Amino acid sequence: MVEDRTWRAWLLTDTPSSRRHAKLAAAYKGWLSFRANSMAMVGLWILIFLVLIAFAAPLLAPHDPFAQNLANRLQPLGSINHILGTDSLGRDILSRLIFGSQITLYIVGLVALIAPITGLLVGTIAGYAGGWADQILMRITDIFLAFPRLVLALAFVAALGAGIENAVLAISLTAWPPYARIARAETLTIRSSDYISAIRLQGAGAFRIITKHIWPLCISSLIVRVTLDMAGIILAAAGLGFLGLGAQPPSPEWGAMISEGRRFILDHWWVATMPGMAIFTVSLAFNLLGDGLRDVLDPKDNEK
Amino acid sequence: MNMLDVKDLSVWFGTGNDRVDAVRDSNFIVKRGASFGLVGESGSGKSTILRAIMGLAIDWSGAISVAGKPVTKTRPKSFYKSVQMVFQDPYASLHPRHSVDQVLGETLYLHGFKDIDARVVKLLDDVGLGGNFRFRYPHQLSGGQRQRVAIARALAPEPEILLLDEPTSALDVSVQAEILNLLTDLRNKRGLTFVMVSHDLSVVGHMCEHLAVMKNGEIVEIMDVATLREMRASHPYSKELLAASI
Amino acid sequence: MTLLDVQNLWVKFPSRQGVFDAVRGVSFTLGRERLAIVGESGSGKSMTGRAILRLIRPPGIVTANEISLQGADLMQKSERQMRDVRGQRISMVMQDPKFSLNPVMTIGQQIIEAYRLHSKASKSEAYTKALEMLQAVSIHNAERVMRAYPHEMSGGMGQRIMIAMMLIPNPEILIADEPTSALDVSVQRQVLSIIDTLVTDRGMGLIFISHDLNLVADFCDRVLIMYSGRIVEVCDAKNLQNAQHPYTRGLLNSLPRLDAPRKKLEVLSRDPSWSNAPSVSGRI
Repeated sequence: MVEDRTWRAWLLTDTPSSRRHAKLAAAYKGWLSFRANSMAMVGLWILIFLVLIAFAAPLLAPHDPFAQNLANRLQPLGSINHILGTDSLGRDILSRLIFGSQITLYIVGLVALIAPITGLLVGTIAGYAGGWADQILMRITDIFLAFPRLVLALAFVAALGAGIENAVLAISLTAWPPYARIARAETLTIRSSDYISAIRLQGAGAFRIITKHIWPLCISSLIVRVTLDMAGIILAAAGLGFLGLGAQPPSPEWGAMISEGRRFILDHWWVATMPGMAIFTVSLAFNLLGDGLRDVLDPKDNEK
Repeated sequence: MNMLDVKDLSVWFGTGNDRVDAVRDSNFIVKRGASFGLVGESGSGKSTILRAIMGLAIDWSGAISVAGKPVTKTRPKSFYKSVQMVFQDPYASLHPRHSVDQVLGETLYLHGFKDIDARVVKLLDDVGLGGNFRFRYPHQLSGGQRQRVAIARALAPEPEILLLDEPTSALDVSVQAEILNLLTDLRNKRGLTFVMVSHDLSVVGHMCEHLAVMKNGEIVEIMDVATLREMRASHPYSKELLAASI
Repeated sequence: MTLLDVQNLWVKFPSRQGVFDAVRGVSFTLGRERLAIVGESGSGKSMTGRAILRLIRPPGIVTANEISLQGADLMQKSERQMRDVRGQRISMVMQDPKFSLNPVMTIGQQIIEAYRLHSKASKSEAYTKALEMLQAVSIHNAERVMRAYPHEMSGGMGQRIMIAMMLIPNPEILIADEPTSALDVSVQRQVLSIIDTLVTDRGMGLIFISHDLNLVADFCDRVLIMYSGRIVEVCDAKNLQNAQHPYTRGLLNSLPRLDAPRKKLEVLSRDPSWSNAPSVSGRI
């Protein structure tokens, strides 16, 4: 217990003794703030749970998600062997949900990497450079912003064939413009601050200023925005899956599962509802996480 | 020898109908090792002159020379080794996500110094902050401490001239006294030349030997501090300003 | 006669590192006079002003034996009753009119709103009253100002408008929190003289919160000097130069003076006993 107390004191100190110490101390204080928000912690736990399930899917799933058993189709909730019932082809819903989490994570991970990073690059360069570079980049952003997601997805499917990767690409291409706008707006504000003037007066070039000075300040709002957008991204992927444009059968993608269960919604409601609940839970978890992160990362912690 | 020579300096923002002339045909000279004040109310153009000298104003005309060398539209890096600036608001002049060590280290790196660690320690010492402050972030520092870091940053390249834009107006009275004393000490130790902008005549009276009074972008009078103290200003605006400050 | 009686006011803020006491045991009375509360940042002077108006929200905790406004204890009043007090009986003018005037409403709309909140006047009566009030604060083209927006006004005008708005319901006490700190020197005089005239004519009490010792010495009648949440000295403004407490003396001596040049300014060395000693009472 003495160990605990001295670690805590070391992390909460006001006088850090090295760069690493300072960074760890700042991270720890951020963590304490976050942990104080119980709803955000609920979100975090759900997402940790999701990641664990996705990684351990082969071990956790009671059945093969692709194994069909037509004699056993449309079993209700609570059947022996099939806690969440079976779908129209006799496949165990629980196993399909578990394997489907891998797909959800894949989609979320890819989009979360591509969209904000693209947006950050375009937005900060446009905001800092100004002039015609700004105009050109922002008009390109506007073009991409004009595309409705589904229309672009249809175009991709028509050109490249349906599939989960193309769905992810379509979503990313329509998801990055808002991040570019946020990053540009932040850059415009930051650009005129005294600390940026000061570093210019030391001879810093645009690259250093953008990467070392502007990015650290934009990243928090982007992270928050990404987590809040996650829900929308999952729903978009589910929507594409529902329309048959994303994951193809027999893939256990949650949106596709809802689509398949649509016909039976009146008598065998669980076939569509169970994947729907999964989507709802994960979206909610991201929302709660995003809210909690915003409270922690919000630049209000830099007030006087 | 003249450290800073400003001739017919005009600075404007915007073009055509929207053009605002922040500074008009201003002239003054600062000798090496001297301390020169620029006083006036807000909007008089005093801070704009400093920014123009530093290269932070885009549209300007006239001639500025530092240590005899004329200043061109784009400043070479060597310029920033001679001339540095301390900004007004200590709460806005430090990057919120960079520690003191990063701020000073980056400055030293950009100016090509090799013994960065040793210099960071010495700089902090010179401005009266101990090693404890080295890895703190700005939100863990008080206003006076932040201003000390800003001064350390300005001193890092070993400049000859320091431009000070209202360095103590955002600080408490007792902290102001410490910072002004620090600046006086540094000036004596390093033989620095100061150009200080302030709206507070008593601060300028304490820190400077000569001063220029500005109104609406123009210098209306240049006087020495003795004249200021004896309230013997010539121009009617200077008289007004003096009267209001007592 | 005593307008306001504050007894043993404490303002505490709980935080992760423990409870922070912003104001510690402050007591004073206010009559029909100009009382200054002077201190540096962190001294608790602004908190005192806000605590009187019960403007401090949780997690801030405000306690006092009594804060009585002509006999009525403000600490006992509910939030609804306090709304009747704010503006009507005690008003507050803050530092920067850029931040205290609503940028999306015209000035006329704001003054009229302020007036109609506390009286049952009709719009046209309120309009006339607003014009009167603007003229009372030396704004000569009052009609044009009524139609204008706050960003079109200079700092000095904005502050005068603020004063007009705050005094229109005819309160008994005005709390001015650094009203001239954001203004240029020449405009400061003007605004101060307007406050002076209005306060004297209406027989109001004025609490003037500032960090500027010299300013309050000229302008106010009595001065309370605060340090670290406590009142360390109370004196008449005329006698400020003869203040006794080492903190006050330290503040006075650390100011650069045109008429008394020195090589180095005196630096205040803080004595921990100043914050540990009990608060000096400002009650008469």
